[in-house]
Amino acid sequence: MGSLFKKLTRSQLAIPLFALFLIVIFNLIRDPEFFSIAIATNNDGNTVLTGNLISIFNGASAVAILSIGMTLITSSCKGQDISVAAMAAIAGSVFVSVLRSNEITIPVILLAFFLSCVVAALFSLFNGVLVAVFKIQPMIATLILFSAGRSIAYWINGGATPTVSSPLLTSIGGFIPGIPIPTPIIIMVVFLILITIVLRLTNLGLYTQVVGISERTAHMNGISPVRIKLIAFIISGVCVATAGCITVCRIGLINHETLLLDAEMDVILSVAIGGNALSGGKFNIYGSVIGAYIIQALTVTLYAMKVPSAAVKAYKAIVIIVIVVFSSPVVKDFVFRTYKKLFKKQAEKEVQAKAA
Amino acid sequence: MRAKRILALILAAVLALGLAACGSAQANKDKDGLIKVGIVNNPPSESGYRAANVADFENVFIEANGYKVSTFYSLKNDEQLNAAQQFITDGVDYLLISAAATDGWTNVLESAKKAGIKVFLFDRMMNVDEGLFEAAVISNMEAQGKMAVQWLLDQKLPEYNVVHIQGAMGSDAQIGRTKPLDEQFSNGTMKCVVQQTATWDEATAKQIVESVINSGEKFNVVYAENDGMAKGAVAALDEAGITHGANGDVIVIGFDFNKWALREVLAGNWNLDVQCSPFQAQKIHEMIQSLESGGKLSDKIVINEEKYLDAATIKQEDIDKYGIGD
Amino acid sequence: MQNHIVLSMKNISKSFPGVRALKDVDFTLRKGEIHALMGENGAGKSTLIKVLTGVYPKDLGQVFLNIDNCLREINVKSPYEAQNLGISTVYQEITLCPNLTVAENMFIGRGSYQTVNWHTMKKRAAEILEKLNIPARATQQLDTCSIAVQQMVAIARAVDMDCKVLILDEPTSSLDEQEVEKLFSLMRDLKSRGVGIIFITHFLEQVYEICDRITVLRNGELVGEYEIKDLPRVQLISKMMGKDLEDVSALQKHKPVAEETDEPPVYEAAGLSSIECSNAFDFKIRKGEVNGFTGLLGSGRSESVRAIFAADRITGGKIRVNGKDIKIRKPKDAMMQGIGYLPEDRKRDGIVEDLSVRENIILALQVMKGFFKPFSRAEAEAFADEYIKLLGIKTPSTDTPIKSLSGGNQQKAILARWLLTNPQYLILDEPTRGIDVGTKVEIQKLVLKLAEEGVSITFISSEIEEMLRTCSRLIVMRDRKIVGELNGEEMTQDNIMHTIAGEA
Repeated sequence: MGSLFKKLTRSQLAIPLFALFLIVIFNLIRDPEFFSIAIATNNDGNTVLTGNLISIFNGASAVAILSIGMTLITSSCKGQDISVAAMAAIAGSVFVSVLRSNEITIPVILLAFFLSCVVAALFSLFNGVLVAVFKIQPMIATLILFSAGRSIAYWINGGATPTVSSPLLTSIGGFIPGIPIPTPIIIMVVFLILITIVLRLTNLGLYTQVVGISERTAHMNGISPVRIKLIAFIISGVCVATAGCITVCRIGLINHETLLLDAEMDVILSVAIGGNALSGGKFNIYGSVIGAYIIQALTVTLYAMKVPSAAVKAYKAIVIIVIVVFSSPVVKDFVFRTYKKLFKKQAEKEVQAKAA
Repeated sequence: MRAKRILALILAAVLALGLAACGSAQANKDKDGLIKVGIVNNPPSESGYRAANVADFENVFIEANGYKVSTFYSLKNDEQLNAAQQFITDGVDYLLISAAATDGWTNVLESAKKAGIKVFLFDRMMNVDEGLFEAAVISNMEAQGKMAVQWLLDQKLPEYNVVHIQGAMGSDAQIGRTKPLDEQFSNGTMKCVVQQTATWDEATAKQIVESVINSGEKFNVVYAENDGMAKGAVAALDEAGITHGANGDVIVIGFDFNKWALREVLAGNWNLDVQCSPFQAQKIHEMIQSLESGGKLSDKIVINEEKYLDAATIKQEDIDKYGIGD
Repeated sequence: MQNHIVLSMKNISKSFPGVRALKDVDFTLRKGEIHALMGENGAGKSTLIKVLTGVYPKDLGQVFLNIDNCLREINVKSPYEAQNLGISTVYQEITLCPNLTVAENMFIGRGSYQTVNWHTMKKRAAEILEKLNIPARATQQLDTCSIAVQQMVAIARAVDMDCKVLILDEPTSSLDEQEVEKLFSLMRDLKSRGVGIIFITHFLEQVYEICDRITVLRNGELVGEYEIKDLPRVQLISKMMGKDLEDVSALQKHKPVAEETDEPPVYEAAGLSSIECSNAFDFKIRKGEVNGFTGLLGSGRSESVRAIFAADRITGGKIRVNGKDIKIRKPKDAMMQGIGYLPEDRKRDGIVEDLSVRENIILALQVMKGFFKPFSRAEAEAFADEYIKLLGIKTPSTDTPIKSLSGGNQQKAILARWLLTNPQYLILDEPTRGIDVGTKVEIQKLVLKLAEEGVSITFISSEIEEMLRTCSRLIVMRDRKIVGELNGEEMTQDNIMHTIAGEA
């Protein structure tokens, strides 16, 4: 019991999991039915699962995917890319413009997705070069695309909010016939598995952390910090394209002004809530993903509570401040010490019992 | 091949963006009896609405109609002010302004008046004395909201349970389109199931409607303050298997008259779309012609005529004629 | 008698999760004495100091400080509080702000938080710097100074505070002899003014040169307190290590490798230069040879070996490894040729502080194996375990972050990292800096053992005795140039001094 608690409090995932747990409990008390999942038939005639739980996982997928790339950038570059949402608008626009100039078939969708990945990776690489080669602070370097990204998306769209519609796209943004789980959730899971495999089969995790903790040590041990940072940005580019395309498919529309509006802040928050230091170094991808789900769970909770429009952001901010403060080392240490004091006597008794 | 084309497109776009940023406000002296017009507007990238608005002015104010036009686009008020001052210095005959912000224009308009330049405001009002401009051609967001609410009341539903999805809080469109509905809510003629902002974001609108569906509360109207959010709401309805539109359980209302939105209305997926007209150029053109021929203007404030189209009456010609975008 | 005592610590105990760092330790400091606190790595010296200065809360025990000629119990909760009570510390690692000026570093964070008078501050700083003969300007940014000067600024900062107790934790480890002398004269000056000085060092000579009394700790326990005249060196060492010290005397001097062999040198450079080492130099080392670069701090010895490892950008030179022409442009090239480099600045270039001991040990081998071929957890664990045992690294587990290990154990872990790569040529830049006597001896023994097994080693140390003991050839540097080479019999302390001075 004691050692388990110790392990938990030391683990990076302790606080995010605890926060998620609290939100769940809060909702269950408020409405025992909150997390119930129902089966429904949608307007395309598919049997699908609905419910708040599905909504949370579904709604968070884009931010969760973005947070994976952001975690790598944060860890290696000791800073954040604030242009991810704007780049997602670019990627989504590329996706839509390819789809619109062709008949929509599976190969065309794959081509469109591939091209949007290439474009997003190139833009992200542009950020990466500024950060890794020219040593510009990430937030400053990415400010360029943060402000220009949506204008570039506008040019690609020719100034309108073009729509695309096809049952195939609905399958990506909604449900694949015969599968009751929303496709974005499936894509997110596949993405997470892929990144897990990448982290297992390569040294990306180790190198990224070494670069983030000490660039000089990395250099002295044959790791090129520039290369690792660029890899992080390229991976983030792919994340951006995926998130952008999913969001386009959800609605069947690209609106460069509102696509993933303000998502960069949610993404950075996910990384922070996940227990990753925004100053780089050690990271845990799963923490960030949990962070994304916490934010979405919070949003859905606030919707369900019918919090007035104008106050939603304030409520969100309060909860997030609480989470971030609780995950600070100061509070963690305090909790740990208090626990130790409370259970010290018990432990001593156990020792005595054993001795006897 | 395609990748190259798109890349080229993007590179070109980046370059063009740079050039546009350095865009200048040059006006040339005319010697051929053309009317010199300076237009200060927001850039077309602001929205689909703005793109249509800019295109409208580009179509009307042409040499064939007797105009020599200089245009300046910016989202920033101070840049707009400088450009307007420059137009005045260059000696234009007419100055047409859609201001980025409502304040700070008095000085510029005064110097225009001194220089004998006639000023028209379009799309947006500004905080200045009425004597400083000839006329303002503007949209009335509240009128749009009233139109939609009146249409709803005309449907004579046994009860109105409304999901109200708002735009970005505090924007003109949000305030105008929310007010008439709020009045119904407080009258008790309609019941507010949920009222939440989606900040014009389609995906957020979808999540809000999802959350209403999940809560199990009954609703029969989705009132979304623009087309995009209506589309997001419909996506949520579709996923939950709730029918909508002309023969469905839920009435869907959008705003802005995007062509794609009107096509949804035509197909009966949505019930109603209300216009937010970007077409002010023709009206201003008529007023200028009237002034040039010695006439007088009757009204200071001209409310842009706006209309609605519902599933029962819409025709393909309407879409071609009024729809914006493609 | 009471009022001669300035500080008294009684029955101090302190544990960390899994480690008992201090157990019932007593310590007494008198007015106007220099008191050496001795012990191996992990003996508890640093912990005792950190308890005293409020960095760590103590678990048990009492601390008394002489306030107005009367011993009062104090309970210090933060270094800031300690400072205000007159307990100042200069830590082993420099803890100043590198991007502030010297003057700012000397005065900021002290006394009241009211207005700062920049002019007076600068003037005062300049005075102190001049008084202590510190070669720095008050307005200079700190990180433009050498490490030695930075260390001296830290001491100046502590000294200027009206302190009763001055703690010097390894202050001399990065200072050269002249600088140490300056520091000592300063310490004597303070001593005569009645300041009690706690001096922690690994340099035995320095202890016997300047200290009055010695307290020895071992494994977190008090061994004893001695007058300096009652404790000869050998006894001191044996008390610190807990065993007799035939080890040190048994250290056999390395036999020079026969010069004339048909075998080409393991490593040979001609006209090598780098961006940090602009004077091109020639260098070679044979199989099983131990040679060293010596010279004063800043003479360019580190820069030279960094050029061999291509740690700085290479600007010219031809490299032959085992007789073959090789291009070494970046550290990885060198690593792939079987060259390892243990850097001078362990904290910045060596350890990856937040990562585990295991990850730190396997790092270099992992990089050589390749990006797409990570070791499995079991493999990594096995490597780490093997070398933790081999080098006797004291760590609770392979999972422990390396930053929570003591300096000597960190150094051993970095050494393990390079040994794991099975190098044919190992460059050790100050491997014994800032670590305890026992580990120093171990590392020197290891160097000789490796050489016997055929590994070529370049060894750099500020302690000339260590160099003499281990190296068979010394390359002497001055002002970033090689000024001489000493072989076999020529290698004496005198000769080295003269060569450095340019009088040979």
